[in-house]
Amino acid sequence: MVKKKPKIKMENFSVWFDQIHALKAVSIDVFEHEILGAIGPSNSGKTTFLRSLNRFNDLTTDFRCQGKVVLDGWDIYKDIPIGNLRKRVGMVFALPVALPLSIFENVVYGPRRHGVSDKNRLAEIVEQTLKESYLWDEVKDRLHTSGMKLSGGQQQRLCLARTLAVEPDIILYDEPCSGLDPISTAKIEEAMIRFKKKYTQILVTNNTKQAARVSDRTAFFLMGDLIELDETGKIFTFPQDKRTNDYISGRFG
Amino acid sequence: MIRETFKHNPYRTEKIAHALLFSATVLVVLPVIFILWVIIQKGWSALSWEFLTAMPRNGMREGGIFPAIVGTVYLVVGTLIFSLPLGVFAAIYLTEYAKDNMLTRLVKLAIINLAGVPSVVYGLFGLGIFVMFLKFGSSILAGSLTLAIMVLPIIITTTREALDSVPQSFREVSLSLGVSKWQTIRYAVLPHALPGILTGVILAVSRAAGETAPILFTVAAFYLPHLPESIFDQAMALPYHLYVMSTQVPNVEVSVRYGTALVLLIMVLSMNILAMVVRARFRKRKKW
Repeated sequence: MVKKKPKIKMENFSVWFDQIHALKAVSIDVFEHEILGAIGPSNSGKTTFLRSLNRFNDLTTDFRCQGKVVLDGWDIYKDIPIGNLRKRVGMVFALPVALPLSIFENVVYGPRRHGVSDKNRLAEIVEQTLKESYLWDEVKDRLHTSGMKLSGGQQQRLCLARTLAVEPDIILYDEPCSGLDPISTAKIEEAMIRFKKKYTQILVTNNTKQAARVSDRTAFFLMGDLIELDETGKIFTFPQDKRTNDYISGRFG
Repeated sequence: MIRETFKHNPYRTEKIAHALLFSATVLVVLPVIFILWVIIQKGWSALSWEFLTAMPRNGMREGGIFPAIVGTVYLVVGTLIFSLPLGVFAAIYLTEYAKDNMLTRLVKLAIINLAGVPSVVYGLFGLGIFVMFLKFGSSILAGSLTLAIMVLPIIITTTREALDSVPQSFREVSLSLGVSKWQTIRYAVLPHALPGILTGVILAVSRAAGETAPILFTVAAFYLPHLPESIFDQAMALPYHLYVMSTQVPNVEVSVRYGTALVLLIMVLSMNILAMVVRARFRKRKKW
């Protein structure tokens, strides 16, 4: 089992969008170098939970929150400039979004904006991150062709490389494989498991089997409440709550 | 019996619909072709190197239209200098920064409505503000500013549409990498909105080059057979020159009038084509 050093501490965190109470006083510790899975039906609050961690909910109008999210001892809603936070907490989206730029420029988009302009350094970043995301061999000969010409699975790995390029220590995945075929999914999952050495990862997924395959611990959300959080093996074999059991056995959701 | 067949024959209705839509399109295109044909036919003979490069003589009945061409170019350039940055920046603010509340919606509505204000009203406004209150006098500066205000709604509206058409996901990706909002706009949004913004520029240029009423009181000189020397000088301009020759000066040859119209048309068309070429270039490079 992984070291139990909390990387992120969420304490009594609530989120409202206008009148809708989307996350209800949730407290979770995320440990360093673990993969935390978050499952639950739609509107369960799992994505809101995820987007609280890089303050992406702030983009929504009428967003309000209460409580604390502490990252390495800093309250992310008070102590850290939002840009610095998002540099440390990367995000991979549900649909692969390659910017209409070359593969190379897609990867270095972040580093360039953060002031890296040395050509050799940029090339280094591209090679290293594409290798980490298992895409290097497929694209190394055409780095300067459009990133949008890649297949869906390749684009998602390109997005992963782009996220890695700003050197985060936490990666958030928002249903990263919902549009991918099984082989592409397997490649992403393989990368995730290898990333455990270096990154803390949080995976929101609609695919309970995926959570069972890759996450160390799994959290079950329902209607904005955190119902249950335990080691993945326990959640999927002996869930303590009846609702968790109903969901993972496919009785609703 | 026959009636029944007619009613329920989808091929028949398809043909009627097709014919209707096609003839509407023809009706739209015909006048354009007709106008072009008349102007070219009647004006072609006047076109010569001298016509384009000489000063007008003999009360505009002879000579060329050079000062009017130069004046129009100055006015278009001046208009863009004032309206393009202002309009694009305002559109960026409205689309990317302004909160969606009553006030913002009111401002957006007002801007759209500004596009519908008759051009002569802009002319009077320019006369009051720039010519008289700010004491620019009847000058290229006053005319450019008046035209700039007139085309601002066009530029703001098209720029806003262009920005809106850039997928939200581009912004999210950029923000998720810790990139600031302005940098996100600068690098992930604006480059992809450029073709749309250029469309606005095309429309603005055509409008600025072709309008008569706004320049009537603010810049246009009736007859000025030399080139303006500073932005505080009056200038001739093609649309006003055309208006004057057609209504105020007796015995101007038909070919001179239509020749002037043809030159104005060619100028606007070539500016449009230039902008379209640039736009097509951008489109080819940026695709999603």
